[in-house]
Amino acid sequence: MARFDSLLDACGNTPLVGLPRLSPSPEVRLWAKLEDRNPTGSVKDRAALHMVRGAEAAGRLRPGDTILEPTSGNTGISLAMVAKLRGYRLVCVMPENVSTERVQVLRMYGAEIIYSPAAGGSNQAVAQAKQISAEHPDWVMLYQYGNEANARAHYETTGPELLRDLPSLTHFVAGLGTTGTLMGTGRYLREKNPEVQIIAAEPRYGELVYGLRNIDEGYVPELYDPSVLTRRFSVGTRDAVLRTRQLVEVEGLFVGFSTGAVAHAALNVAHEALREGRRADVAFIVADGGWKYLSTGGYGGTLAEAEEKLEGQLWA
Amino acid sequence: MAIEVRIPTILRSYTGGAKTVEGSGDTLADLLTDLDSRHSGLRARLITDQGGLHRFVNVYVNDEDVRFLGALDAKLKDGDSVTILPAVAGGAFAFAAAAALAGTR
Repeated sequence: MARFDSLLDACGNTPLVGLPRLSPSPEVRLWAKLEDRNPTGSVKDRAALHMVRGAEAAGRLRPGDTILEPTSGNTGISLAMVAKLRGYRLVCVMPENVSTERVQVLRMYGAEIIYSPAAGGSNQAVAQAKQISAEHPDWVMLYQYGNEANARAHYETTGPELLRDLPSLTHFVAGLGTTGTLMGTGRYLREKNPEVQIIAAEPRYGELVYGLRNIDEGYVPELYDPSVLTRRFSVGTRDAVLRTRQLVEVEGLFVGFSTGAVAHAALNVAHEALREGRRADVAFIVADGGWKYLSTGGYGGTLAEAEEKLEGQLWA
Repeated sequence: MAIEVRIPTILRSYTGGAKTVEGSGDTLADLLTDLDSRHSGLRARLITDQGGLHRFVNVYVNDEDVRFLGALDAKLKDGDSVTILPAVAGGAFAFAAAAALAGTR
């Protein structure tokens, strides 16, 4: 059945597609879960919907309330759609170095945007966020980095969908941001199969992004529980761009750069399994399509040119 | 051949501004001790008084997080590439702002 009562009801149940050309052998197969097929085109629709429903059920959100969310993109777009349909106002705090497409979509949905300066580093973002919060104590923050409904969305939907569609799954690979996808899906899959490998791929940005962050001022999302993970890879811009292009050329998948990073880690573990003579079904998350990132310039020219253009941008 | 170590901006005051330095050691702990002999103070920024890796530091051997490879006991060999980074999951700015708003720091 592919008929739904509303757009919100069409969230999830995304296709899992095989990648026969990229798979190393008939015994070591790669699978892509197409989260860009969600209502606003990213995996974040699942978390946004569950967080809003959770806050409504808990009485934290009432019609007409204002939701405040610091986000570098997709969560904002998902929340903007959910907020519009459920009757809330949305204010997004975001760094000014995110792609223009994301900003345009947010504005179209009627979200308001407050920029935190890219060059000012995280300290300035923190100061600004505190100020906004102090000025508007009635605004509701869903706080995706610590909201259990974010991880629960994946425990209740993404995990069961994967195992339903691929009972022989051996590896699950996804991007590490809020950690919600990996924590929720990972816990579900581990409960059903203790042997399953849960693998994180995190983007390694250019130096400008890390800036002069003091080691004592690091951030680890409250949702993060390293015991859920088997391994964790850091993927540089060049590898992410290389895999993003390979996915289009070899399998016809047009994805965002974070998915390129995830595919890099997935190929890594798949080829390891091949070398060791083990059977493997490696499923990875396609967090979003490439449309919102075209203006970064990362899809054309040589790899080195793309890498240079993405330097200093939050490409995932 | 040696082990190449990439140093984040914030710690380059210990390496005379160098982005990468070279060191040797059979484990990460050995490597950090070796590096500290030439870049005094670096090790103390990465390891806590309790002797573990600092919570907000991530160290990768050939792009893989050492916390899943035995942490300080992670095995190293010549030609490996080690990267040290401050912990910034989820996009540095959004998360910093979010954490501030949630009052967690």
